[in-house]
Order: sequence, then structure tokens, then C-alpha cells
Amino acid sequence: MTNHTPQLWRFHGGLHLAPNKAQSTHAPIASMPLPTRLIIPLQQHIGTSAEVGVEIGAHVLKGQVIGRAVGYVSAPIHAPSSGTVVEIAERPIPHPSGMSATCIVIDTDGRDEWTPVQACPDYQSLDPSALRNRIREAGIVGLGGAGFPAFIKLNPASAHGVDTLILNGAECEPYIACDDMLMRERADAIVRGAQIMRHALLAKRCLIGIEDNKPEAFAALAQAIRQCSDTGIEIVPVPTIYPAGGEKQLIKVLTGKEVPSGGLPLEIGVICHNVATAVAVDAALNQGRPLLSRVVTVAGAGVRTPCNLDVLVGTPVSAVIAACGGYTDDAKRLIMGGPMMGFTLDNDAVPIVKTSNCILVAAAAEAPDPPPALPCIRCGACAEVCPALLLPQQLYWHSRAKEFDKVQDYRLFDCIECGCCAYVCPSHIPLVQYYRYAKTEIWAQERDKRKADLARQRHEFRLQRQQRDKAERDARMQQKKAALNSGGNQDARQKAAIQAALQRVKEKQLGAANAPEARPDRSKDEEHPTGPVDPSQSR
Amino acid sequence: MFFSRSNSPHVATETDVALIMRRVLYALIPGVAACFAFFGWGVVVNIVLAGAAALAAEAAILALRRRPIAAALKDGSALVTAVLLGVSLPSLAPWWLTVVATVFAIVVAKQLYGGLGYNPFNPAMIGYVVALISFPRQMTQWLIPHSGGHLSLAQTLQLQLGGSVPAGLKLDALTSATPLDTLKTQLGLHRTVTEIWNSPVFGHIAGVGWEWIGAAFLLGGIWMLYRGVIRWHIPVGMLSSLAVMALIFYAIDPDSHASPLFHLFSGGTMLGAFFIATDPITASTTERGRIIYGAGIGVLVYIIRSWGGYPDGIAFAVLLMNMAAPTIDYYTRPRVFGEHEK
Repeated sequence: MTNHTPQLWRFHGGLHLAPNKAQSTHAPIASMPLPTRLIIPLQQHIGTSAEVGVEIGAHVLKGQVIGRAVGYVSAPIHAPSSGTVVEIAERPIPHPSGMSATCIVIDTDGRDEWTPVQACPDYQSLDPSALRNRIREAGIVGLGGAGFPAFIKLNPASAHGVDTLILNGAECEPYIACDDMLMRERADAIVRGAQIMRHALLAKRCLIGIEDNKPEAFAALAQAIRQCSDTGIEIVPVPTIYPAGGEKQLIKVLTGKEVPSGGLPLEIGVICHNVATAVAVDAALNQGRPLLSRVVTVAGAGVRTPCNLDVLVGTPVSAVIAACGGYTDDAKRLIMGGPMMGFTLDNDAVPIVKTSNCILVAAAAEAPDPPPALPCIRCGACAEVCPALLLPQQLYWHSRAKEFDKVQDYRLFDCIECGCCAYVCPSHIPLVQYYRYAKTEIWAQERDKRKADLARQRHEFRLQRQQRDKAERDARMQQKKAALNSGGNQDARQKAAIQAALQRVKEKQLGAANAPEARPDRSKDEEHPTGPVDPSQSR
Repeated sequence: MFFSRSNSPHVATETDVALIMRRVLYALIPGVAACFAFFGWGVVVNIVLAGAAALAAEAAILALRRRPIAAALKDGSALVTAVLLGVSLPSLAPWWLTVVATVFAIVVAKQLYGGLGYNPFNPAMIGYVVALISFPRQMTQWLIPHSGGHLSLAQTLQLQLGGSVPAGLKLDALTSATPLDTLKTQLGLHRTVTEIWNSPVFGHIAGVGWEWIGAAFLLGGIWMLYRGVIRWHIPVGMLSSLAVMALIFYAIDPDSHASPLFHLFSGGTMLGAFFIATDPITASTTERGRIIYGAGIGVLVYIIRSWGGYPDGIAFAVLLMNMAAPTIDYYTRPRVFGEHEK
């Protein structure tokens, strides 16, 4: 399966970066002592936050749902270990903005007692939607970093299925080695997970893309595949160029296809998952276990023993660092993620979440303070390395000038924020920062515009309603008036009729009293008395 | 434990603007050395004067603009402008000519537009054109290239700073028209290129001395390409379009048009192609755009040399294409990843 060299494609730009991965790959994945306290954010994925599913004081078992998924794009949260819910409150979460969000705090009881789980090794007998539901219920999200609920990306969307399932084992960012170690040590699980995913997606083939600087991972996976019969899985070494692990870049390298601008990989028949997600899918089906932990790389000169650890979700970063021997005196910056795309944490009390692949404790030399930015000299070095083929200096120029329409014209939203442009910029301009700013502003404007549109619609509707009401009222008035006018004649006729009737009644009464003189006309006649009148004539 | 925050990426290359400018200055060394070899001390005097004037002018304006002075002076961009002017001006240029051109370049063409990165026109070429239009006589006084030093430093200083011709020397005997100028004038007199080529100003492929100066700038340019200081698009675009233009007319009528090689190694062609047209601030920034931009300069240079009012046209051609650069950029945007080919 892997003896022929498949054709590879090249994406534009990219960087050759010092890998710095060896510092954590010298030892196998280690486990760490059970933390006494777990802080579990309700939102660890893209989409709607889960809602609290436990009460303070409740005793929970390992694997028990403590946060329920809300809506479609959401994922449930499980108790990573057994213990007592002691707090449900806003806590700082790992986020670039340093914001806080609702977390469930569990004091572990040390027993690590499981809730009953039900494995389903015979996944092929499952209905595809039931299979996806299992993965959804296991709380599995993309473990490569984005954290998109995995079950959504396991929907083939058509009866024909997808063409290619890609497992991303490129792991292109320096320092990060958790996927590398996972591939070395849990290759079997990856292959099993890949088979489940391929089955769910009805995928014709599955490619596992691995950067060619990971020969051990490649060998382990190749071994695992050899032990299975007809897996339809192929491992492809890809050139080590940052950001080869970017979803769009890896798809391009492996298939030659480009995800349409603003579109999804599914549109070109490709679905991409991280290798760690495959391991989680395997555990969910074959062991019935939800996603409770992940492998985290702890690296950098600021930590005593860099290593890869299997860490429970909710473990405070401080506990992870302690398990690695603590900080060195050089520790200067705490970065969640890698040096290119990671974000700094100002505080090590925040927890590890499902998407935390690396804790980089950088020394000053590893993450130096950026020198003051100089003006852009339009050298174009940024455009040369941009994997999205953008013109970063134009984006910068227009972002800076707040010309947001022009920024979008230059395809700001195709920027994947890989940081290559800022890395090579001779003027040390924090380019990615400008793009994030522009994106945020544009989103805010769109939100405001939507709000304004809604308000305008409401206003217009109100005006319309008022006009309609007025028109209806006018029409009613008109009708009434018309009715009054034409109805006035009617009244006159009625009155006349009534008058006439009254007259007749009067006449009758008069006639009854004195018949001959009762008739009014007769009263006139009385002036000219003509002799007795025949009463019968009055009728 | 608490940490300071910063924004990704948290790492960067060592390159900076000052390093780029320093490399440009290094790359100018062979060309400057060749100029020195053929024209003597005057080039050195020009460069020193221009350098001092550029730094002083830059500092003065930055002080007026209340901007950090030291950081801007250290970026080396003013020095690059100064050296480019120093080698572009005639080697016997009087001191005030060099100073006027440099101060105009730095103050008007660069700082008044907002300083480094904001100038739409190449400052050195603006300074050069100001001098050329304002002082045409001084700008056409070029020494006859000699491989030996014909004027001592003291004599050069007396000429350039004192404005007086040293005793025992005749300026007319030392200066002559440049090869490009000679060609233009003689062609105007209806002589053929072959006849004109008999003049002693011509050497193997172009003017005596000038061809070597061109080669030296080419050498520096190739080194800059190798070090990634510049990209190939602009020089290749410019040199090839100039060569193609020259070839077409040379093929049609070799008697009244000089050879492509003559054009490539005459005047400021090589200096322009590698050191002036490649100024990133004023050039096009897209790959295709840079080829078009360079090609435009090459075509304009040929047009000005052949039918224009000046023997060489690098400065005008560069400035004209500077004007076109934003438009070129607009129409040569690359296809974004995931977009269909247009």
C-alpha cells in the first residue's frame, strides 16, 4: 500500500522552521497524577456552548455527562474523573482574549470511578446516523486545534459518500509533538478510528498525511496497516513545510485540489480529521468511552522536563507544568499551542481543554519581544510565503486604514492566520494582529448591520402596519360616510313609511272615536261642510 | 504564576530593514569600486557629501516631524539613497549640486510624503532629475574614463568643493560626452553607428570604462539575487525588454541603432535594473506586476534614449513607472488559494 510514491502537489509559500520537536519526543507519552481539582469549561468546541447538566454538590462519575449539547453544532461535556461538583461559575478559560466563561469545577475523589459504559465494536452494523450520534454523545471535537464537533464532519452529505478521507498527522508547527507520539504509540487505534470514519463517510479512500520528519510515526502506522486486511488506508509522507498541516494546505498537497474560497472541503469531496480525533472515535465506539483526556506536548526552555502527557480535560495548566518538573528560571511566556499560531496565557490557572495540543513555556530567546514595528517597505516577502496566495502587505495597508471593503476585496477571509507573513516581515509588523482586528471589526459591522437591518425592517413593518391600519380606518370611515349618505335617503323613506304608518294608526284611532270627522282631509272639508259623510268612504 | 502576553507568531526571522539596506550597500561596492577606478576620487567625494547631506536632512525633518530620529537613521535607507545619487551624478559634480539633489530627494521626495515606506517616487531618481533639469551643464560634465587616477584627491576636492580648476589642468581636456551622448549626437548628424563606433569613447561592447562599471553593478545585483535581497522579476523584466527593443530596431536598421549589448552595458542600465528599479517601496509588489513594471522601464529607457531629449532615460523611465505601479498592482493581483483561474 505504501510502496509506491503517490503524486504530491505543492502549496504556495510556506516556511522551513526549526522543528524543535525532539525535546519532548525522547520519552513515551506519560500519564500524570490525578489532579485534585478539575475546571471544565462548558464550551470547548466551535458552536453553541453546552448547558450545565449537574448541580453543585452532586457526585459525578467518570464519563458522566455534566454539560448537555445545545442545538446541532455543539458537543456534550463529560466528567473527566469521579468526584464532587463544587462550583459552577465563571472562570478564566484558555482563549486569546483571556476571557472567562462558565466552568464546572469538580473536586476529584481519587477513585476515578467510571460510569457504566457500553462499547459498540460492531460499528458496521450501526445505522450511519446512530454511529454519528455515538460520536456526538462522546463529546468528540476536532483535536487538531479548531474543535469543530467531529460528528458533523462525519456526515457524507450524499448517498455517494465522499471521495477522500484525510487524516491529518502533518503536525507542522514547531515544538508540538503530541500527534507524532500518538501515531508512534497508538497507531492501531488511529487505523481503527480511520476505518470507522471511512465507514461513516462512505469514503472511497483514506489518506494519512504525515510530514516526512516523523519516520517513527510513519513506520508505526505502516505496521498497523499491514496487520489489517484491506483498510483502504494509505500513509503519505508530505514535505516538511509550515503550514503543511493546515487543512486546506494538506488537502492541496495530497489531492491537488483546492478548497474553494469561502467553501468547505466537502465541496471537493474531501473530509479532513486529525489523527487524535481518530483515536477518540475508536475509543468512543470500541470502548464506549467519551473524550475525557488528550495528549498534550509540554515544551520549551521554560519547563524542566519537556514531554508529552496524557492529560485529563480540565486539568489546570499549573498542574501539568508541575508534572513536568515545574518552571525553569528562563520561563518567560506561556503559550497554548505552537509558536506560530498559539496564544499566550497570562495565568497558569486556566485548564487544559479538548483543543489544547501544546503548552509552550518559552524562554526569552524562544519567544523574544518583537522589536518596534517599522513602516512597510512593500518588499513583498510576505506575499512570497503566504500559503493562501494573498497580498499581505495590501491587507495590512487597508486594515490599517480601516478600509474594510477593500480588505475583503483582497480576500481577508481567506487568511488562515498561519503567521508566515509576520514571521518574515523585515519591518516586524504584527500583520496577523491587523488581520484579526479587521476580521473582528467586519464581523462587528455585519452584526451591527444585521441588527440595523432588523430594526429597519421592524420600523418599516411598523410604518406599513400603521399605514395599513390608517387605510383600513379611512376605508371604514368612508364606508360609514357613504352608508350615512345613501343610508340617509333610506332613513327618509323609512321615516316617511313610519310617518305614514303612524298616520294610519292615528286615523284609525280617530276613526274609532268619531268616524265621520276623523279624517284629516275631512277636517279641511269641515270648513266646507258638505253634509254627512258615509263612514264607509273613509276606508 | 503570571506571564506577559504577546501576539502570534511568537517567533520571527532575524531579517530587518536595516539588514536589507546594509546588504544593498554591500552590493554597491563592486560598482562603486569600478566607478572609482575609472573616474577617480570624485565618486568618493560625491558619496561622502551625499551621505552626510542625506543623514542631516533626514534627521532635521524627523526632528521637525517629532519622530524618533535614531531609529530612522539606523535603517540605512537614507544612506542607500545617498550612495545611489553619488554614483549617478557626474564624478566632478560641484558640491552644491550633490547637496541640492540629495536634500531634495530626502526632504521632498521621501520625508514630505511621510518618510520610509510612504514615498510614491524613487527619492534618488527625483533628486537626480531635479539636478538634471535645473543644472544641465554640470550634469553632463563627465570625466573621460581612465583606468589610472588622473586627478589626485586634493585636485578633486579643489574642483568639487572649491569650484576652481587646479593649476596646470584644463577641464575641457578631462571631460567629454558620455558614449550614450556621443551616439545620440552623432546619429543626429546622420552618421552610421559603425562610423560613430570609431570614436575613442567606445570599447568592446559599450563605452570604455562604462562597460566595466555596468558589469560591476551586474555582479552586485547577482549577489543581491543570491542573498534574496531582491527578486529576479524587475531586473529580468527591465533588461529583457530593453534588449528586445534594441534587438528589434538593431535588426531593422543596424546603421542607426546601437546593439542590444551596447544598451545593456551603457549609462545607468545595470545600476538601474538592480539597484533603482528594485526599490520595493516605489515598485509594483505582485510577481506579474514586477515583470510588467520592469519591462515598462526597459521600454521607456529605450524610447528616451532613441527618440527622447536625453541621452539616458533611467531616471525618467523609473519615475514614470513609479506612477503606474499602483495600477499595475491592482490589475495583477494573484489568484487567491481556492479561487478559480480567471
